Amino acid sequence: MRFKPAGVNMRIDEALEIVSQTHSGMVRSHNEDSVASEPAYGLVVLADGMGGYNAGEVASGMAVSVVMSEISQRLQKECPTDRDKETGEELAVLLLRENIQKANASIFNAAQSQPQYAGMGTTIVSGLFYDNRVAVGHIGDSRMYRLRGETLETITRDHSLLQEQIDAGIISVEDARISRNKNLVTRAVGIDAEVEAEVHVHDVLVGDIYLLCSDGLNDMVEDGDIQATLCAFQSNLPLAASQLIELANDNGGRDNVSVILVKAKGKFAMPRGWLAKLFNCFRK
Amino acid sequence: MAAKLILSMDGAVIKEYPLNKERMTIGRKPHNDIAIDNLAVSGEHAAIVTILHDSFLEDLDSTNGLEVNGTPTKKHFLQNNDVIGIGKYKLKYINDQITQSSPADFEKTMVLKAPVKQAAPAAAPAAPAAPAAAKPAGAPPGFSQTQPNVAKAAVEKQVEITGKLEAMQPAAQAAAGPVAVVQVLTGANAGKELELVKNLTTLGKPGVQVAVLTRRPHGYFITHVEGASHPTVNGTPLSDQPHQLNDHDVIELAGVKMEFYFKG
Repeated sequence: MRFKPAGVNMRIDEALEIVSQTHSGMVRSHNEDSVASEPAYGLVVLADGMGGYNAGEVASGMAVSVVMSEISQRLQKECPTDRDKETGEELAVLLLRENIQKANASIFNAAQSQPQYAGMGTTIVSGLFYDNRVAVGHIGDSRMYRLRGETLETITRDHSLLQEQIDAGIISVEDARISRNKNLVTRAVGIDAEVEAEVHVHDVLVGDIYLLCSDGLNDMVEDGDIQATLCAFQSNLPLAASQLIELANDNGGRDNVSVILVKAKGKFAMPRGWLAKLFNCFRK
Repeated sequence: MAAKLILSMDGAVIKEYPLNKERMTIGRKPHNDIAIDNLAVSGEHAAIVTILHDSFLEDLDSTNGLEVNGTPTKKHFLQNNDVIGIGKYKLKYINDQITQSSPADFEKTMVLKAPVKQAAPAAAPAAPAAPAAAKPAGAPPGFSQTQPNVAKAAVEKQVEITGKLEAMQPAAQAAAGPVAVVQVLTGANAGKELELVKNLTTLGKPGVQVAVLTRRPHGYFITHVEGASHPTVNGTPLSDQPHQLNDHDVIELAGVKMEFYFKG
């Protein structure tokens, strides 16, 4: 027998508050970061491009728009909890993995065919919220953090040389902050013909705040200051976002800085049972 | 431009050694990369592991040990101008590539072409005892240098340095000025003083009215965060934007008046 979960279940766009902001920083003339969100599907994407001239913007822009549009389109007809018949994997996970791969192919092909885009690439971090959970897919050193209660945790692990050195015990987390080997990513979107996105699913609790950011934030602002800012401004997400960007810029703002904040204001469980699903179909 | 070590004794330079190998050893025996023929030096005394632009010094269980800048150490992440002491010998570590290579190839995100699967050292973190001996994730060789354009951007080097210092001590700049204080003027807590020593100070009650005082390099700001009514400063209600505070401003929040001032 299934009990109704405590608290009112909300539609995804009512349950989540999403705010995004991006800034070119204090040093760089143009912004190679891209951010986008689709509240109706609980989808957020952030990318930090690299490449000469405007190729970085092109790469991050392509990555965000491919992932955004492809996933939104699939979710018009399908449900993120549907399971793949062969692998048993949930659609949410599959969609993130497949479409980051699709973005990779688009960028790679553009870079191969047009000399001005040669070598361009991008990091990506994306979250798909569904059924009181979030599927997180990422490549490179753009991060997702979670504030739960007073505790801030990184829920992605950078694909970077430094992170590998930290994992191997070669360098301490404190020393890594003064390393000269920053900004070396071991995986990126658009550099090779194939790339594997890292995708994980996490439970979401009401009150959680998720922060997606480019390294322009976490290179300039200590985790402790990010935590204090999110705690102090948690009731006002737009202010929290601009405060984080101001902090990065006050500390030097050497890079573009982008943030997406997602707050779970309520539960967003998927309707279960065939009747509920049928009803849900008609609602669309 | 590789980093280098300058060997000297009593202030007289003996030899320079570029750090051009992933692992270089220092010791008395002649097979060492840096051989120092002196009885105070162990056969294999220490090693320096270099990973791209970072170098790590490690004691190889030497008899007389190592010092870095006068402090005995077993393992050390070398910084420019560090002085390694082995007996009477000094080795100065120079890594000034920041001022020597062109700005264009610095401070940009690049992709390492290392095979990720093999490199992912999931099983490794349990071995901090002899970490430098472990092959560092196969990192250096696969550097994707064929793509000079793979850059987030090039940044002036000096900016990089100061930026980094500031990033590590964001509080230090503001702390250099006079201490700012908020003193409660009315209500039950009248007379109480609150020194604004943190970068963020929250005032008010969550769910009712909250404002945050932020310390920034160019001053202190008050921002309305939540609540139907906005706090006032000198009688004027705050907008939704941060408002810079001046000496002796009077803040009113949830019916309580307080004064902001700098302690002389």
